[in-house]
Amino acid sequence: MTAAADAHPVGLSIRGAVKVYPGTRALDDVDFDVRLGAVNVLVGENGAGKSTLMKVIAGVEQLTAGEILMEGAPVRFAGTRDAAAHGVGIVFQELNLFPNLSVAENIFIGREHTRAGVDIDARRQRAEAQALMRRLEHDISPDTLVGELRIGEQQIVEIAKALAQDARILILDEPTSALSAAEVEILFRVIADLRRRGVGVVYISHRLEELIRIGDWITVLRDGRITGSRSMAGVDVPWIVHNMIGAASRDYARAADGAPGAEVFRAEGVTLPRRGGGRAVDEVSLSVRAGEIVGVYGLMGAGRTEFLECVMAQHPHATGRFFLDGAPLVARDVAGRIARGVALIPEDRKSLGTIQIMSVRENMSIASLGDFTRLFHLDLAAEAARVRDFVRELTIKVASPESPISALSGGNQQKVVIGKALMTRPKILLMDEPSRGIDVGAKAEVFRTMRRLAAEGLGILFVTSDLDEVMSLSDRILVMSNGRITGEFDAASADEAAVVAASSVGHAPAHAPESHP
Amino acid sequence: MTTDANPSVPSQGVDAALLVLLRARTFIALIAVFVFFSLMAPNFLSGANMVILAKHVALNAILAIGMTFVIITGGIDLSVGSIVGLCGMVAGWLMLNGVDLGIGYTLWFNTFEIILIALLVGVLVGAVNGLLITRLNVAPFIATLGTLYVARGLALLSSGGGTFANLRGSAEFGTTGFPAIGAGTFLGITNPIWIMIVLALAAAYLAARTPLGRYIYAVGGNERSAALSGVKVNRVKMFVYMFSGFCAAIVGLIITSQLVAAHPATGETFELNAIAAAVLGGTSMSGGRGRIAGTIIGAFVIGILADGLVMMGVSSFWQTVIKGLVIIAAVVVDQAQQRLQANVALRQQAALGR
Repeated sequence: MTAAADAHPVGLSIRGAVKVYPGTRALDDVDFDVRLGAVNVLVGENGAGKSTLMKVIAGVEQLTAGEILMEGAPVRFAGTRDAAAHGVGIVFQELNLFPNLSVAENIFIGREHTRAGVDIDARRQRAEAQALMRRLEHDISPDTLVGELRIGEQQIVEIAKALAQDARILILDEPTSALSAAEVEILFRVIADLRRRGVGVVYISHRLEELIRIGDWITVLRDGRITGSRSMAGVDVPWIVHNMIGAASRDYARAADGAPGAEVFRAEGVTLPRRGGGRAVDEVSLSVRAGEIVGVYGLMGAGRTEFLECVMAQHPHATGRFFLDGAPLVARDVAGRIARGVALIPEDRKSLGTIQIMSVRENMSIASLGDFTRLFHLDLAAEAARVRDFVRELTIKVASPESPISALSGGNQQKVVIGKALMTRPKILLMDEPSRGIDVGAKAEVFRTMRRLAAEGLGILFVTSDLDEVMSLSDRILVMSNGRITGEFDAASADEAAVVAASSVGHAPAHAPESHP
Repeated sequence: MTTDANPSVPSQGVDAALLVLLRARTFIALIAVFVFFSLMAPNFLSGANMVILAKHVALNAILAIGMTFVIITGGIDLSVGSIVGLCGMVAGWLMLNGVDLGIGYTLWFNTFEIILIALLVGVLVGAVNGLLITRLNVAPFIATLGTLYVARGLALLSSGGGTFANLRGSAEFGTTGFPAIGAGTFLGITNPIWIMIVLALAAAYLAARTPLGRYIYAVGGNERSAALSGVKVNRVKMFVYMFSGFCAAIVGLIITSQLVAAHPATGETFELNAIAAAVLGGTSMSGGRGRIAGTIIGAFVIGILADGLVMMGVSSFWQTVIKGLVIIAAVVVDQAQQRLQANVALRQQAALGR
């Protein structure tokens, strides 16, 4: 242990880090060391605080309390430029590239090589970009527009951008989520090379086997606290899972199980081509019965959201068939599908789920105005009464239904979106990451509501990348990876490690007999 | 504007009072300009002047009603001024020349039919705007800029740039009633004012009490979210542009009727006054927000300002400067109101303990 510690000197450490957002404590007294010449892996569920911690290190966010130390002295990163000046580079999970600019321009954005501070030295930038691409074993021309590259190649450009800054500490936030197996191998070779050069790599991923393969040190976060931190020697998947979700799994009020009823929803051979080749959704077939909660687990980019969008008629190019109560669902537009009893609660509440400038009442009734309309006259009194009923039933905390929805907390906004879906009297409720961006208390309430709705006979199909959530809330678990369903488990007998393994089929090289470009 | 002060909001001292004042700002501005000119301009308050004023305002207000819906959806309609000109020319052409069927027979229309055809032309231009925007994904600014030129060009082509004069109509074709559209009166009030009142009431009803109205606001508030909620976004957009074209056609008919002549340049820059009235009335250019009542008041503020300054003998150059300043001030105050409103709502929510 000490020998390993000596081999990997600490390049940056965080002591007593606290980060408070309105309503939540994202980081709670966190100590974290980044060791140079090593791969420091960071693992935890969504919302555990990994990204917040990385943003603090990269200077995107500032700590509420606690300090960052480099070589024993406290440092303050007021912005990403400060962090970059101290040798910290980051590759964000969401790509930060300009699709309308070339690869070379993207790599040197904001730090252009110039002559006399004005004229950009395009030749030099191109040459350096070319060298970086060669180092990353990719044959991408520096003049290609980033928008024309596949997502995996864009990720490579993003990594090149960080490499170009000669970072001593390089943070990679889920870099493999969009990469094919072959590209992952290349990335791992690059990481090994960086490590030999003494760079401290911070590596965040949900793919546990990947972590075990390349990591030297591991830190596990749960609900903003460190639950485990040690050298990777001797670490296995059960240890990680145990630290990730804790010994006693949080209980989300599983109701007294009645046997699920007849099938309400079935999808057959749903396929959606991906832009730039391949399939985002690949021959997905599944069914949901009345009163059943089916959880779809998978990593980012597994095609779960795209599948739900296909059900909601968002992708005209998708093929496959849907059945509701045994009858084919043929309506081509959203209104038609809502009328048949499909309701979707999108993942991105702000830009897809709500209309922020409208009131709670208007948001909730927008999908079911027909119920309050005679000919063309809208019965405002009936609408308000119905909204009041739902506000009470879903215990939405709101001063008045006329308040703008933007004034509500995330959890209450989510309840409004659920109310909107329920007002259309759905038979099947599709929920995309229903607990994203809401605090623990509201989460439990949302889950209780889901339970109650299922008990009342609604079929629920929900998508999550939270292992704990899918294990404790579902009657049946489906796992998706690379657009396919790669596992189906009964909730009672499902094994966490098996679920996790199924979610990386086609990704982790060890499990990839074939690659999906 | 005063009517939208929410009675259920508990009074929270200064902020709440300030918010009521800000919400009613256009109305307060209206009263202010009214009082100002009553004192400063002799004869401003005379009955004759009021009638003239209302007639001037009516035309801009009618255009602004259509424009308000378009802006609420997050769009813009630059073509209304040209539609005014084009529809006037259509009416003039039909009265003077009829439609030559090319078989030695010319089809003539009576007043009612001419009105219908002119309105149809206006709606059609609006439909072209809507199709360009919804089907071909042209930005509203560009699509309507294009139709602005096309419609104006067609109006000029129809007469080779000349005026269709002396449109008094003939008994033979049943068009003697044409001048009455703009000049006639009902219960002592001229028709354009009645038309404005009817249209404003209908539009306000549509906005507040019909699903279509709600959808118009929803599309402007968040188009993608509205679409996912089952709102037929394209249909809503088609409607607002067609309705805007309809309003413009009405104005074209009124002007042609009042002048008893159709000139192809009629209506130039009218679109800007309509946009100004809507914005002054609290319609947000980013969409999702606006009221018909506000727009009407906005149109009156602009109208009173223009007529009052003329009566005071202020040069028309200065009038233009003042109009611009008033519009900018209106938007600045609007921003302040939005901020205050958000704060008050957040505080109410905080009082609930989240």
